[in-house]
Amino acid sequence: MKLKAMLIAGAMSLAPMTAHAADLTIGFSQIGSESGWRAAETTVTKQEAEKRGIDLKFADAQQKQENQIKALRSFIAQGVDAILLAPVVATGWDEVLEEAKDAEIPVVLLDRTVDAPDDLYMTAVTSDLVHEGRVAGKWLADEMAGAKCDIVELQGTTGSSPAIDRKKGFEEGIAGNDNLNIVRSQTGDFTRSQGKVVMESFLKAVGGENICALYAHNDDMAVGAIQAIKEAGLKPGEDIKIVSIDSVPDIHLAMANGEANATIELTPNMAGPALDALEAYLADGTKPAKWIQTESKLYTLKDDNMAIYEMKKDLGY
Amino acid sequence: MSAHVHSTFRRIMPQLIILIAVLFLNFLVFPDFFRIEFQHGRLFGNLIDVLNRGAPTALLCIGMTLVIATKGIDLSVGAVMAIAGAVAASLVVDGHSWQTALLGALAVGAICGLWNGVLVAVLRIQPIVATLVLMVAGRGIAQLVTEGTILTFVNPGLIHLGAGTVIGIPTPILIWIALGLLVTAVVRKTALGMLIEAIGINESSSRLAGINSRVLIVSVYLISGFCAALAGVIVAADIKGADANNAGLWLELDAILAVVIGGNSLLGGRFSILASLIGALIIQSVNSVILLSGMPPEFNLVIKALIIIAILVIQSPTVKHALYILRASAEPLPSDPIKEAKESPQ
Amino acid sequence: MASATEPVLECRGISKFFPGAIALDAVDLTLYPGEVHALLGENGAGKSTLIKCLTGAYRRDAGKILLDGEEISPGSTQDSQKLGIGTVYQEVNLLPNLTVAENLFLGRQPTRRGLISQRKMLTMAGDLLAEFGLRINPAEPLSAYSVAVQQVVAIARAVELSGKVLILDEPTASLDRDEVQLVFSVVEKLKARGLAIVFITHFLDQVFEISDRATVLRNGRVIGTRELKNTSQTEIVTLMLGRQLEDRIQDRAPARTGDTLIELKDFGKRGVMEPFDLTVRKGEVVGLAGLLGSGRTETAGLIFGAIQADQGEALLEGRKIGLGSPREAVAHRFALCPEDRKNDGIVGDLSVRENIILALQARQGWFRPLPKAKVNELAEAYVKALDIRLASLDMPIRLLSGGNQQKALLARWLATNPVFLILDEPTRGIDVGAHAEIIALIEKLREDGMALLVASSEMEELVAYSTRVIVLRDRRQVRELKGDEITTSNIVAAIADDTMAEAV
Repeated sequence: MKLKAMLIAGAMSLAPMTAHAADLTIGFSQIGSESGWRAAETTVTKQEAEKRGIDLKFADAQQKQENQIKALRSFIAQGVDAILLAPVVATGWDEVLEEAKDAEIPVVLLDRTVDAPDDLYMTAVTSDLVHEGRVAGKWLADEMAGAKCDIVELQGTTGSSPAIDRKKGFEEGIAGNDNLNIVRSQTGDFTRSQGKVVMESFLKAVGGENICALYAHNDDMAVGAIQAIKEAGLKPGEDIKIVSIDSVPDIHLAMANGEANATIELTPNMAGPALDALEAYLADGTKPAKWIQTESKLYTLKDDNMAIYEMKKDLGY
Repeated sequence: MSAHVHSTFRRIMPQLIILIAVLFLNFLVFPDFFRIEFQHGRLFGNLIDVLNRGAPTALLCIGMTLVIATKGIDLSVGAVMAIAGAVAASLVVDGHSWQTALLGALAVGAICGLWNGVLVAVLRIQPIVATLVLMVAGRGIAQLVTEGTILTFVNPGLIHLGAGTVIGIPTPILIWIALGLLVTAVVRKTALGMLIEAIGINESSSRLAGINSRVLIVSVYLISGFCAALAGVIVAADIKGADANNAGLWLELDAILAVVIGGNSLLGGRFSILASLIGALIIQSVNSVILLSGMPPEFNLVIKALIIIAILVIQSPTVKHALYILRASAEPLPSDPIKEAKESPQ
Repeated sequence: MASATEPVLECRGISKFFPGAIALDAVDLTLYPGEVHALLGENGAGKSTLIKCLTGAYRRDAGKILLDGEEISPGSTQDSQKLGIGTVYQEVNLLPNLTVAENLFLGRQPTRRGLISQRKMLTMAGDLLAEFGLRINPAEPLSAYSVAVQQVVAIARAVELSGKVLILDEPTASLDRDEVQLVFSVVEKLKARGLAIVFITHFLDQVFEISDRATVLRNGRVIGTRELKNTSQTEIVTLMLGRQLEDRIQDRAPARTGDTLIELKDFGKRGVMEPFDLTVRKGEVVGLAGLLGSGRTETAGLIFGAIQADQGEALLEGRKIGLGSPREAVAHRFALCPEDRKNDGIVGDLSVRENIILALQARQGWFRPLPKAKVNELAEAYVKALDIRLASLDMPIRLLSGGNQQKALLARWLATNPVFLILDEPTRGIDVGAHAEIIALIEKLREDGMALLVASSEMEELVAYSTRVIVLRDRRQVRELKGDEITTSNIVAAIADDTMAEAV
């Protein structure tokens, strides 16, 4: 215990020497690579750091909080200038965040927030899940322009916060449009194969000709559903409008082929705004807001989806 | 021969009754359930979906039945599916033919099975622990192959295995029925089935009777790995992409459940692949009820749990015994010593 | 006798039906306090079924059970235990790695302030065992003691839990003479306490030594109940078999043994069996005698490859062969009927038919299945030849009685047409009728020129059929007896002190 304290103290005394704005060292504790989006976030974060000449220390926690806590402690011991944390769960961070605070290392949360006093971290960069749903709903309301439209919904994993928030946001987005009705809503577990299976059952239970639009809580489920629609002999994108969230490369490919209509980007670039805020803070002590909301950009058929696909496909999605 | 058919029918009777009951439940929530149409060159209908969507579990439970008959269990099949799908996808993406991809995936599946078999039969590690290794590590291996992404492919030959049709029937249906028939024929027309049962019932006696239990145990895990690989290829082909994170996730539990619903004892011994396959269809029919009912997804697991509890209660020894007494009082002096043996362990 | 008092337990018209068979047909049984009542019958006569009905392991299909005049219907063995009927089986079903005291009080440990009081439990256990004349340390694990002591502990537990009726199901089957006396002394004490004791055994001597009355069952029916002091052994055996047992006194056939078949040189395994030499000729029965643990089973296991030898060589008709596994031994047409029939012999849930062809099929390999017609022909032929009694060839072998299971196992090996047959305790736990049949079969096989090696703890039996007897002690061969030397007293002498008695 004593030895460790000494090591930490030693490391901290070295810290100021490296704290020149030009060559920052920043630790990044990533959850893992459970999804394509997560992989892309890692890729983009590394790109953003490289662009700015930041030495990024990357730690993959493989879905385990104890690994993240270990990584954070090791970052603190190494005396990094700042820490980026994509927390795997919301609770249990107080102690290690306290340690970071004592070491005067600013922590920026990426993509998710934690249940801890907000003085324990500098800021959180996340997207607004409800807002994403709202954008999708608004787009569909505008697209239909008052025409009657029965909607089927592919929910995310039951009980997960993206599923709850994106459902809520979409319902807000279409609120007040009596022509829009959600006729079926079932979980597709955020996966491509379940998206396909559940869409098949929708097509039979409601009848393909009675479905006007599909809202999927993520693009993967939409991609699966597109195949189900094609196998049922209908044209996705024309017979059934498709709007989903995330903006993964495959949905842009589908849009380029006219098989999907719109997607709302959950940007993998959480690190850009986070690093901007950090650089500003380390340079002149500018404190950012407690919450930095990333842009929820809407892509439609008007965009050059092929180009977006080409750009995104190497990000690790 | 007709006596053989009769005894097979007797064996699968409870499963058939349950299947019919669950299908009827589907009919209640969705009256058009039994309608099958031929449109756009393929059979189209809910019943076809049950057969088609049940394919992965059905394929898994073929191998799982044999493994469980030897008193083992294979928890790794879901992960092996992910590996096989990833291998097939990466091979076609690298420009190989779909035949090469299929063979490659099956070979990898067989190697995974071989690994499990060696751990169980040669190193004598308990099956649940031995296969847990690959269950945990397998998905990681699959992610290494796909580099963490959903590896999308466009090879029509490979896609045909999952999403295509042959004379209007979805290919997966034909594949699982064919493999089910093939494996059943192999184990029942040769002595393999009996020897596997002997090992499961009493390995020590079997070994002393000169049965090569080691080789047979390795081979059932190998078959299980092969079945899992085929299921993995079909699942990947179905969505035109290998999803290392989600392909076959928790499917090992469905496969075990199918075997159990099929009336096969987890303690090994007597087995029926046919009954397990009906078990797989029962599970898929339950999933179908949930999807067609239009209930909010929060109820999915509750409904599934209730139906499956009901099925297992109906199959419990106590209820079975009561039914047996009922039947016995109807027809004097029945002869079903197997059932008697099960109810009165000495 | 105590017949003047009220019966403690009465069974009236108990029936139990199994599919295709009547296991018990209106069986009556009356037990008085303070009597030892033997329950006799061949295997399959219905003894076990009756006991299972009494203890609630089976539900009876008809009849009444009266305990102290009250009708009872135990639904489980726990039920019957609570009512006062305790049971002790041949295989002690206690927990060997718990202490003696824990085994005695499992589930009802004395507690102090909610915690188990070890000290109190040990004292109570010591006192309890002292009542049974057993002075052992109750803090030792049960496995530290002999089967006989474990058996007494099991009896003590059963009596403590129940206390009206004690059922002893073959308690002495795996005990030697002194150990039997230990158990009997306990039985005498319980008898004096006024318990009614049901005693099941195959040893008639023991029945007459300890029992007051005996009820004989045959084919699920009560054939008769006798006061034993007015009855002869012959009468009881006649009741059991329904015929006069033939006198099987041996007129030893001239030893016309053939060529050497098997030769083992310096064969053994460290820590299991000292290296030994053994030659077996065609048409010869070599008997293996010795106490429990002397190496009989180990010798059989080594030769069959069930235990892998780490030294020595084996020759079959002069050619060197490997015996690394049972599979290899079977390939050389060796056969072994093991001692532990239930765990190493039968495959319980497989049908009798499948059990009979199992070894032959295993030797053929799985991809060359025996044709159905051949299977049926083989199975039926052996069922007939060995007089295996069964309802159907399709019934699981576990439902057969011990003697019939043993015959089915013999059939399994005879079907492989072996040159060398090893039998380990071929008559253990088998009724009198099957016993005689198996001995006759051994003689017949020898006359047909087969080579046999028979390990047995029954010396009379060894004397009856062996052409040579090898006596083992402490995992070593100590003596070989030939021809007229083969007598029980010589075997006993060889086992006892290594100095041969005068040949008679």
